[in-house]
Amino acid sequence: MENFFVNIAGLIRDLIAGFGLNETLVYLAMVIVKFVAVLVFVLLNVVVLVYMERRVAGFFQERLGPNRVGPQGTLQLVMDIFKLLSKEDIVPAGADKFVYKAAAYAIFVPTILVYMVIPFGKGMNVIDLNLGLFYILAISSVTTMIIFMAGWGSRNKYSLVGGMRAIAQMVSYEIPYVFSFLGVIMLTGSLKMSTIVEAQQGVWFIVLQPIAFIVFLIAGNAEINRGPFDLPEGEQELVAGYHTEYTAGRFAMFYMAEYANLLAMAAIGATVFLGGWQGPWLPGWLWFFIKMYALVFGQMWVRWTFPRIRVDHLMHLNWKVLLPVSLANIVVTGIGIKVYQMVRMMGWW
Amino acid sequence: MLQQYGGLGVYLILSIIFPFVIVIVALILGPKRPNPGKLTTYECGLDTQGPTWVQFKINYFLYALIFVVFDVETVFLYPWAVRFQALGTFAFIEMLIFIAILVIGLWYAWKEGALEWM
Repeated sequence: MENFFVNIAGLIRDLIAGFGLNETLVYLAMVIVKFVAVLVFVLLNVVVLVYMERRVAGFFQERLGPNRVGPQGTLQLVMDIFKLLSKEDIVPAGADKFVYKAAAYAIFVPTILVYMVIPFGKGMNVIDLNLGLFYILAISSVTTMIIFMAGWGSRNKYSLVGGMRAIAQMVSYEIPYVFSFLGVIMLTGSLKMSTIVEAQQGVWFIVLQPIAFIVFLIAGNAEINRGPFDLPEGEQELVAGYHTEYTAGRFAMFYMAEYANLLAMAAIGATVFLGGWQGPWLPGWLWFFIKMYALVFGQMWVRWTFPRIRVDHLMHLNWKVLLPVSLANIVVTGIGIKVYQMVRMMGWW
Repeated sequence: MLQQYGGLGVYLILSIIFPFVIVIVALILGPKRPNPGKLTTYECGLDTQGPTWVQFKINYFLYALIFVVFDVETVFLYPWAVRFQALGTFAFIEMLIFIAILVIGLWYAWKEGALEWM
């Protein structure tokens, strides 16, 4: 069971190689196969997450949530997809057409690219980049620009305010978010995702870096504009924020990107802090899945429990609390590692 | 190495194609009956007043400035963190001085009220 998906990939590879192609073409074909696999994984999970969010929200607010279409409302998602795809596509007359359209096409690109380096199980990375974690940070920060493109291009006051808030919030919270990984990297000495997972053989990094984990959770939540940090799309004041003017397929892209980002965040957290695919008894990929969904559930719990944060509190929390804390965490981790090395060298332990 | 980044390039192209597929499917399935009322800017039913693309609050710009400083810092911190265990204590103290300089910058911004939302 451990190598179930790896074996399937091997079988497909042998099948393609059986056509007598040369090595580069086989590699290219495998690239496409893996892309489709990741895309299907992400889309299926997005669909499940949308349903899960609505049910979880229902339970937290003591109501039922969707429960009419199909058993326990599970077919609601299928209906939602058809509804979204069969609506009229509107481009407002006042919009900056190029920017407006480009934003909808681009929003899903960084999200899906982040998944390419995440180890879903033992040997189950699509690409095991040696810059893994840095790549994730670099790619995911592009999202800020795209959200601003959507907000600006719509030529709608709600969208503009939403886009401005999004850029201020995501740019600010990116710094503690990026710093929270530094402690882990200092302990591992590598940016490669598989090495980070293997370094957690004995003890998970959540034990060694508890403060970094908390900073990661808060800043990550703000990065994906969810939970108490959903100012860029606060329904009560901004309708839907930066994607107010989008309809049909384009709206679907924004909606999917939001949930795919949530899942990516949980996957990164599970990999970096919760030991990735490591765990007893069950196969690795199942462990990864369980950890990922535990984090997703945590994010949903936070979202439906806390009221929306005020904008000055938002900035205060970031620059005056999270940033100093994460900087201090780096220094403390550094001193800790040096002391540990010294103790080992002196032979006291 | 080259193979990995080549693969990433292919992923980039594929992930750009995917949204086009979704949007085109939606365009085919959806109706197409535009009218002037439908194409106006959505503002909860009222006509939009005045220009939308205006000069925005200056506060956002201040945060962007502080952000640039710390974002550049991360570029220096990442390679250092990767080689941290191999480098000696000297490199650690150097980086402490570097962080201290930036913390002074943060303290100054804090003191001058750049971090207050007005």
